[in-house]
Amino acid sequence: MSVRIKNLTKTYGDQVVLDNVSFEVGKSEILGFLGPNGAGKTTTMKIITGALFPDSGEVVVSGFDVFNNVTEVKKRVGYLAEHNPLYSDMYIKEFLLFIAGVYGIDDKNAKVKELIELTGLTKEQNKKINQLSKGYKQRVGLAQVLLNDPEVLILDEPTTGLDPNQLKEIRALIKSTGKDKTVIFSTHIMQEVQALCDRVIILNDGKIVVDDRIESLGDNVVTKTKSVFVQFDEIFDIDDLMKLDTIKAANAIEAGIIKLDGDDDYMMRKEIFSFAKTNDYTILSMFKEDIDVENIFSKLTH
Amino acid sequence: MFSIYKKELSTFFGSLIGYIVIGVFLIFTGLVMWIFADTSVLEYSYASMDSLFFLAPTMFLFLIPAITMKSFAEESNNGTLELLFTKPISENEIVLGKFFANLTLVLFAVLPTLVYFYSIYQLGAPKGNIDTGAVVGSYIGLMFLAAVYVAIGLFSSALTNNQVIAFVIAIFMSFFVHWGFDYISKIPAFYGIWDDFIQKFGIDYHYRSMSRGLFDSRDVMYFISLIITFLLLTNFVLKKKKY
Repeated sequence: MSVRIKNLTKTYGDQVVLDNVSFEVGKSEILGFLGPNGAGKTTTMKIITGALFPDSGEVVVSGFDVFNNVTEVKKRVGYLAEHNPLYSDMYIKEFLLFIAGVYGIDDKNAKVKELIELTGLTKEQNKKINQLSKGYKQRVGLAQVLLNDPEVLILDEPTTGLDPNQLKEIRALIKSTGKDKTVIFSTHIMQEVQALCDRVIILNDGKIVVDDRIESLGDNVVTKTKSVFVQFDEIFDIDDLMKLDTIKAANAIEAGIIKLDGDDDYMMRKEIFSFAKTNDYTILSMFKEDIDVENIFSKLTH
Repeated sequence: MFSIYKKELSTFFGSLIGYIVIGVFLIFTGLVMWIFADTSVLEYSYASMDSLFFLAPTMFLFLIPAITMKSFAEESNNGTLELLFTKPISENEIVLGKFFANLTLVLFAVLPTLVYFYSIYQLGAPKGNIDTGAVVGSYIGLMFLAAVYVAIGLFSSALTNNQVIAFVIAIFMSFFVHWGFDYISKIPAFYGIWDDFIQKFGIDYHYRSMSRGLFDSRDVMYFISLIITFLLLTNFVLKKKKY
């Protein structure tokens, strides 16, 4: 296991930020960290990086304990903080060389050059950091994090505030650089979790409410009822649909779209299609409800 | 530690801070030593640099907190301190890197005043009629004093996110450590019994002793332990931010 966390507890005064949190992340696994603001995501991440110490619990990263071997942990972890703090009056190259110096990298220039290319900063490399757009700053943040080839990559909301194109690029960058690394990242964008992660942990009030693989997430959490949305060209009585075997409920929602509930969406769709065929109706659209992380998230954290 | 040192120095000289501090220090000491009639060596007609060594601590009292105030306050405010905390570098290395960088800037400000020494040396009648031992002692004392101010400045900068607060606290603490004990010793209740003992806690006592050209290991030990104390306190404050 690359990261092992056991009974992690952290309090600030009376406020319990993390309450007995335990989980493990394996090698080359991408873990999505979800939860409302203030759930303890950032605190957990900071603890794994060694920037913050917990009150109690065990945190082991690549075999090194954060309490006894924090320097070894830091050498193996790359952490991109939420607000991506950078020395804004430094030049990109100057900044990266400085961080490389902090890491004690032997061939600083070659390594910095390699990362500038990898993160697509070649054109901007002679600019000052405060002249860069948010997307490019994020790249500098990522380059800085990747300088020491970390085994564990921790990214705190790396895509917040980026435009759709930058979002795509940064995601691609995370995916490509995270191939042989353990990646833990937090986000509020649910599609991102579905696109990037193997596994999801949802935190709420300092406790883990879900820890599951992304494929099986829906089965375990969401109710078994499946929904199909269908739109017909013709107008007819909705009760006609209720006569179908697999459909348990039918409700008209906005703009002529009917929501149908049942147990098995595959059988439902088949039956709806033959229903349309026998009655000579035209189906304009039909789609099933995606069990998305967003729904699960709001169900669990409200 | 060296990368922090280098980074800090390049921030000083990459921005105006370094040049302004050095410029202001040199202009002011230059005016006082050579131009202003009340204090000018030329009017005074004694070959001594006393006016420089009398003025410099007061200038440092304001200039050094001005350069140290951003050290931790700004980094903590921008989140870059947290960035450093996630890197394999200890608080000690951060503190020492910044300490030596700030001290180097002060050294750059003081070095050109050696020209004043050379001028007075040449102007002396007969030539070279200046108490070189006292000047050397004064310079060493001045650098120790600057080092203490830098350590105090770093400590107060670590205490807060606000640079102005860091600046004011640093001036107050430096003033107190330098002259405060002297004033306390003059309270009538201590007079004649404790005054000498209390004075020894202050920088002034040791600085004056060094300025006479007297190289006493007790003075050196005093300065070194004061510096280490404030650096350790800074280190402690930084460590506390992680809990």
